[in-house]
Amino acid sequence: MAEFALPKNSRITGGKTWPKPPAATETREFRIYRWNPDDGKNPSVDTYYVDIQDCGPMVLDGLIWIKNNIDPTLTFRRSCREGVCGSCAMNIDGQNTLACTKSMHDVTDGAVKVNPLPHQPVVKDLVPDLTNFYAQYASIEPWLKTTTPTPQKEWRQSHEDREKLDGLYECILCACCSTSCPSYWWNSERFLGPAALLQATRWVKDSRDEATGERLDDLEDPFRLYRCHTIMNCAKACPKGLNPSEAIAELKLKLVERQI
Amino acid sequence: MSVRESHGSPRPASSMRTPLGRVRHLGASHSGTSDFWRQRVTAVALTVLIVPVIVVVMMLLGRNQAGAAQILGSWPIAIIMLLFVIASAWHMKIGMQVVIEDYVHNEKLKLATIMANNFFSAAVALASIYAILKLSSGV
Repeated sequence: MAEFALPKNSRITGGKTWPKPPAATETREFRIYRWNPDDGKNPSVDTYYVDIQDCGPMVLDGLIWIKNNIDPTLTFRRSCREGVCGSCAMNIDGQNTLACTKSMHDVTDGAVKVNPLPHQPVVKDLVPDLTNFYAQYASIEPWLKTTTPTPQKEWRQSHEDREKLDGLYECILCACCSTSCPSYWWNSERFLGPAALLQATRWVKDSRDEATGERLDDLEDPFRLYRCHTIMNCAKACPKGLNPSEAIAELKLKLVERQI
Repeated sequence: MSVRESHGSPRPASSMRTPLGRVRHLGASHSGTSDFWRQRVTAVALTVLIVPVIVVVMMLLGRNQAGAAQILGSWPIAIIMLLFVIASAWHMKIGMQVVIEDYVHNEKLKLATIMANNFFSAAVALASIYAILKLSSGV
């Protein structure tokens, strides 16, 4: 059966409360998931106090401040700090989003609670293992496929056809959507998940691509595609404001269209 | 404790297949669209049929078997009831199968429950159809 409770060794126990920074006049409480693969202990939630006079406004600024000033062992991914790379995707205040574009002041209900993306294996602290997620992206073969000999210059596309890719090409593969999807939680081995399916739609809708039918063939499966029940957590989670749910509905429509 | 054991999603740590090999697995089954479409067709049929069915059920309330047989003896009413039974049993079967596929991950148990679901839906549909035909034909 689907697992509704965490395995025993994943249950959160205790946690350390780190002292408030002595010189700080105004602090913000952060409660952060910690798990170390090397100490054999269960995960815990540590409490930190961030000096917000000495720190930028975003949750990622808070995490970096903690790492620099309180606890250098705190582990998380980050790179661009402007919502382009998708590295710092995590669950903040119960919602998957990017730590770099989420203001800590938007968390109005007490402490800033930070957890890794849900239902993925954890490498350490806030770093999830996204191997399966990336393999699913690779499986939809996200590149232009053509049989017609490559033209002398570029493959041409009308402005109208190019517009059809808007709302699809902007995906940064942060995994916020897929890891917010209950269907993906229960069947992540077989359901491709909203991110990979949004990307699949991007290639199915590309007017230059000549493998549309083969792409649809590879998606037509009760698990790969039809585990999507239009729950729409994906659209709510997407930090880029995209709607994977709608993209998946377009795939289903195309499959019906070629059948009836 | 390995990385694989650390969180909720179970992945076989012992498997040495590549991640892409695991995702591709047995390939796409090239099915699912028919069930998806039938679920929508039966849903639309049920939204149309539910109003006359409620009226018929209200007409049947408090009547004895003879009264019920008299109402169901009318051919439009009998056909509406038959259509409703077929659409709802079909819709029920597909809906339940989706729930089973979502939550039952043991392959043997999944096959058994899907089979039981098919038998149950067919039995409910046939029993209802038989009852309607029997009452409406007055046998």
